[in-house]
Amino acid sequence: MASNCHASTNLDDATACDNNVVLVGNPNSGKTTVFNALTGLRQKVGNYPGVTVEKKTGSMTDNHGRVIKLHDLPGLYSLIPKSLDDKISVDILTGRSPHLKSVKLIVLVADASNLNRSLYLITQITELGAPVVLALNMMDAAESKGTRINTKEMANELGVEVLPVVAKKGQGIAELRSKIIELLAQEKDKQAHTALPVTDAVQQAAQPVGEYIQRVHGLSVQASLAEAYRIISNDNALQGWLSHTNGRKQDATELSSLATDARAQLDAQSVTWQMLETNSRYRLVDHIFQKAVQPNLKQGRSHSEKVDIVLTHRLVGPLIFVAILALIFQSIFLWAEIPTQAIESVMVWLGQQAALILPEGILQDLILDGAIAGVGAVLVFMPQIMFLFFFLSLLEDSGYMARAAFIFDRFMRAAGLSGRSVIPLLSSFACAIPGIMATRTIQSSRDRIITIMIAPFMSCSARLPVYALMIGAFIPPYYVLGIFSLPALTLLSMYMIGILAALGTAVLLKKLTGRQTKESSFVMELPPYRLPSLRWTSLQMWERAKIFVTDAGKIIFAMSIVLWALAYFPRPDNPNEVSGSTAIRQSYAGRLGQAMEPVIRPLGFDWKMGIGLITSFAAREVMVSTMATIYNVEGGNETSVTLREALKRDRDPITGQAVYTPLVALSLMVFFVLACQCMSTVAIVKRETNSWRWPVTMIVYMTVMAYIGSFIVYQGGKILGLG
Amino acid sequence: MNTMLSLEKLNPGDNAIINEIKSNGVDHGVLMEMGLISGTSVQLIKFAPLGDPLEIKVRGYHLSIRKSDAKSILVEKQ
Repeated sequence: MASNCHASTNLDDATACDNNVVLVGNPNSGKTTVFNALTGLRQKVGNYPGVTVEKKTGSMTDNHGRVIKLHDLPGLYSLIPKSLDDKISVDILTGRSPHLKSVKLIVLVADASNLNRSLYLITQITELGAPVVLALNMMDAAESKGTRINTKEMANELGVEVLPVVAKKGQGIAELRSKIIELLAQEKDKQAHTALPVTDAVQQAAQPVGEYIQRVHGLSVQASLAEAYRIISNDNALQGWLSHTNGRKQDATELSSLATDARAQLDAQSVTWQMLETNSRYRLVDHIFQKAVQPNLKQGRSHSEKVDIVLTHRLVGPLIFVAILALIFQSIFLWAEIPTQAIESVMVWLGQQAALILPEGILQDLILDGAIAGVGAVLVFMPQIMFLFFFLSLLEDSGYMARAAFIFDRFMRAAGLSGRSVIPLLSSFACAIPGIMATRTIQSSRDRIITIMIAPFMSCSARLPVYALMIGAFIPPYYVLGIFSLPALTLLSMYMIGILAALGTAVLLKKLTGRQTKESSFVMELPPYRLPSLRWTSLQMWERAKIFVTDAGKIIFAMSIVLWALAYFPRPDNPNEVSGSTAIRQSYAGRLGQAMEPVIRPLGFDWKMGIGLITSFAAREVMVSTMATIYNVEGGNETSVTLREALKRDRDPITGQAVYTPLVALSLMVFFVLACQCMSTVAIVKRETNSWRWPVTMIVYMTVMAYIGSFIVYQGGKILGLG
Repeated sequence: MNTMLSLEKLNPGDNAIINEIKSNGVDHGVLMEMGLISGTSVQLIKFAPLGDPLEIKVRGYHLSIRKSDAKSILVEKQ
């Protein structure tokens, strides 16, 4: 190592001088559990620059106090990437990534109870020639299945160190840690440990491609040859290398002509080159498996299969799903309400204390109504997020999430999505924030974006106060056909409009993004049911809450201050003599609302509703309190009779007609169904998509939808004579 | 000699040997990388409540694939 090399201890960057260790493995291999066991809580969750893929980095120290950086790469099944997440991992492993250039050691994590399929990725990686240690996780599950693994034989066959581990119980972790330290201290070997069994003809045909990879990308001879087999047998692999020519066009031309030549050469000898790597590799896998593993052939139904008789049963399965969902909703609606109210009381108390200390005036108002309210706006979401992620983490860890996706995949396909979108979308009926955060379990990045974009159309709990005020004041309690009450039907229609808008948008987005990518097949592993660990579940819950506060919280806080200032400035000359109603009319928000009137007139809205539309960007329910302020109703909420009466009594000063009619109320409700009136949603979409592109698209798209929707309702209603 | 049929024609509980993965339509590479190689034995476990997708057992683990994907997998029933 050069003497001017400075290893950095900052987890945000990884220099070539750092001891960079990557953790790789299949999804469901318990890779993250191994990562947690190795790093403890010394870890940081972020994003890879410019993409939505989550980046987890942690650290451990060796016996001399030197820092070893561990990078938990997204789980994958093969070195041919299928998604953005896969590509991040593959690029890092094959030295093509700008994010992490020098990997000193690869820790492969595999599920010991599911070794046959795992060996596919394992042998792909051992062929790369980097130092590898294989951690066989969940050895206890393999043993209880009656599978006997000869780790010595396996180490022999693979040419790498093999260690048995039960990460959840901490077994084998100390040994793994010392092995990592030991291997880092050794000289880096460039020898591939296994080689794909191919015929001489194939090897000869692949040679020129391999030489190209070796010359241009600096991989070892054997690793280059391994890449060459992949490139020849699969177009996605070829594409991956073609996009890594550092802008040198002649390289891309050379590589594709080399690949074409190799394929032609094999065609001439009637050798099938399509998926040649995969076919040969599974022969290698079967050979290693036969040598090192003794599976229990007499095994009857596994416990997972028995559980699934009930959980994915034709009739009982969906019922259990509904019951689980009801429990989650109950937790978000009712149980989270208790800590939420506690947080609100603390905020009120803080405000009172601040009022005692600070002198009356702008500073006091800023602290009370701006800053403390802004912190409150962030913190009130914490209980909902923590409850939802507690349950989601349990569902994911236990293996149930994949079953929910299995049950509802057919249903979600109507919207062009897969079963993975079910839980995020249903959670959004409570609140879109945790719903959008839950889209992380969707593997396809396109499906994830679409789900994020349609989640805010689900009528969340913050819309209820607006619906309740409008329905309570303007929808007469008639009964339709003697059983259905008109108010209830109205409320139901609002939910339906949201669902239809979501479905329509999903189909539209799928069409718009579908041109480049072909229809992805939905191939999903159904992992065995496992008992989730409470420690890990709590960690997940805590991590999500932390990310929300630190990342989305900043944006929400800043926006609350801006919204406060809009409704506060300019100050009237004599603030104490002016009513709240007058003050808000004179404010920037008030002036903006009045200036907006010509634009929103065709929707049946006047300037007062315009002000409400501006202030309710903080949160939809703020609409109600803004109306209360404008109409000078003290302590008005959605069930307040005085506020309802004030709205009903309001007349247009020129025509003398009622400002609010049932039609205006309907139009306003439709606007609230469709519009993105929620700064927290904007903030979380920014955080989850790692760019401003999607949140800005969302605001524009949803506002246009809302405008069109309200326009149709109001103008259509007037034509039908309902005005 | 058993007759060849596509995977989704099997009944729950049936065992079969994969004969061929047709490369038309779906990305057959994904299926093959998940271990569905000719000569591999596979068991159909069940269909989802809405009839699609289906659950199979292959190489000791459980996999869910859509009917449209299963159509390109030709098997020999055991």
